[in-house]
Amino acid sequence: MIRHLLSAGDLSLDDATLVLDTAEEMARLTEGRSVKKLPTLRGRTVVNLFFEDSTRTRTSFELAAKRLSADVVNFSAKGSSLSKGESLKDTALTLEAMGADGVVVRHSASGAPYRLATSGWINACVLNAGDGTHEHPTQALLDAFTMRRHLGELSGKRIVIVGDVLHSRVARSNVALLATLGAKVTLVAPPTLLPTGVERWPCDVSYDLDAALSGADAVMMLRVQRERMNAAFFPSAREYSRRYGLDSRRQALMPAEALVLHPGPMNRGMEITAEVADSDRSVIVEQVTNGVYVRMAVLYLMLAGTTEEAA
Amino acid sequence: MSRDLNGSREVLDGDDVARALTRMAHEVVERNKGAADLVILGIPKRGVPLAQRLGARISAAEGVDVPVGALDVTMYRDDLRLRPARALERTDIPPGGVDDKIVVLVDDVLFSGRTIRAALTALDDVGRPRAVRLVVLVDRGHRQLPIRADHVGKNIPTSLAESVHALVSEVDGRDGVVLAQAADQPRSDAEALP
Repeated sequence: MIRHLLSAGDLSLDDATLVLDTAEEMARLTEGRSVKKLPTLRGRTVVNLFFEDSTRTRTSFELAAKRLSADVVNFSAKGSSLSKGESLKDTALTLEAMGADGVVVRHSASGAPYRLATSGWINACVLNAGDGTHEHPTQALLDAFTMRRHLGELSGKRIVIVGDVLHSRVARSNVALLATLGAKVTLVAPPTLLPTGVERWPCDVSYDLDAALSGADAVMMLRVQRERMNAAFFPSAREYSRRYGLDSRRQALMPAEALVLHPGPMNRGMEITAEVADSDRSVIVEQVTNGVYVRMAVLYLMLAGTTEEAA
Repeated sequence: MSRDLNGSREVLDGDDVARALTRMAHEVVERNKGAADLVILGIPKRGVPLAQRLGARISAAEGVDVPVGALDVTMYRDDLRLRPARALERTDIPPGGVDDKIVVLVDDVLFSGRTIRAALTALDDVGRPRAVRLVVLVDRGHRQLPIRADHVGKNIPTSLAESVHALVSEVDGRDGVVLAQAADQPRSDAEALP
């Protein structure tokens, strides 16, 4: 298993399968149990270092660490020295002095977790919980876990990812992980919301949502990230949702068993209508539940054993 | 995972294993005065198929369906930090749970006793059985904790330089118990570690 989880692309097929299988056992161990707690990480400290707002990811990591009996410390930008302009390095040195074993980091700058992991400032394992427009590996793992629970092994499955790919770390991580798992990914987005170099990604690109939907095993809608948009990427919200939003008409084009995913938070009425989000093929709420299992698996695999490679 | 058995000596063959399981099945029933409230839990990897066979024998002898499951102890081990994290095995608690039941733990080789200690802790998080009993195919001695088995297939006195490996057909292709010099064998098994 890798020492830091910085990018979904760092995971080999064996690593990714190990995480998903471990998450499956975590689910079995906690679902329907009176004591939803395992002693595995007793005495280990996990620091949630969130330079950017987050509800579900931070809560999910916190719950996962607590279910494994780790001690959890939350740092968020608001209400800490981070808002006083402390540098990443000084924050890292503080964490090291406090003896953190694992650092879960979210930062608005792409590459911040990489800097933290490779700078030598800290010895802790670094888990990327979303960095800028770069990657969000545990989200990709929980999406893959959710799809695998419904569709079986993902090799050969057709997954359509729709929307703001340019700003989406979720899309980037998903494309990398799904390619490793052998799924066929199609990105659908307006040309303005596709990153340069997308033609070198291991996936297909299309501008026509209706055509991509037939034959899809799962459709993942991305949030339109208005907070990262400093230019006009599409003429109007209405036009966007007409051409790239998932509504009941489009859902009817999908095969009957195809899943609808969304990493949240949703803009209802924008990229997805309420009807579709609440339909019985939507697994959006389940994604949140599965996020805890996947993060338990990742924390277990990265923090439970010795950090030396020798067996 | 099959085992490389060069330089090893067979101490129980397939028939011996079958006879030991049959005897222990009857012992469990005799001790329990019937099959009422029994829940058989195997400890992965090789305790699970042994538990299934023990359960089948008890069910056949008593004419009732005895619930059989699996209890993975990986996350409860005391040596987790000494080695890289390992893949988890399947835990499968029968639908009736273990509360107020007589839980029979089944493992292949009893050695240091640490696996069983971990199993008892794991069981704590599942529920509160009325009693817990332990069935092992082989007791090789060298306990490091005050733990003993209620029913033993065979006591095999060993030196610490030796390793004992149970084979079950579901995992290894055949049944048996072999004794080898520890140096000849990769110590892949949890219970094989001192």
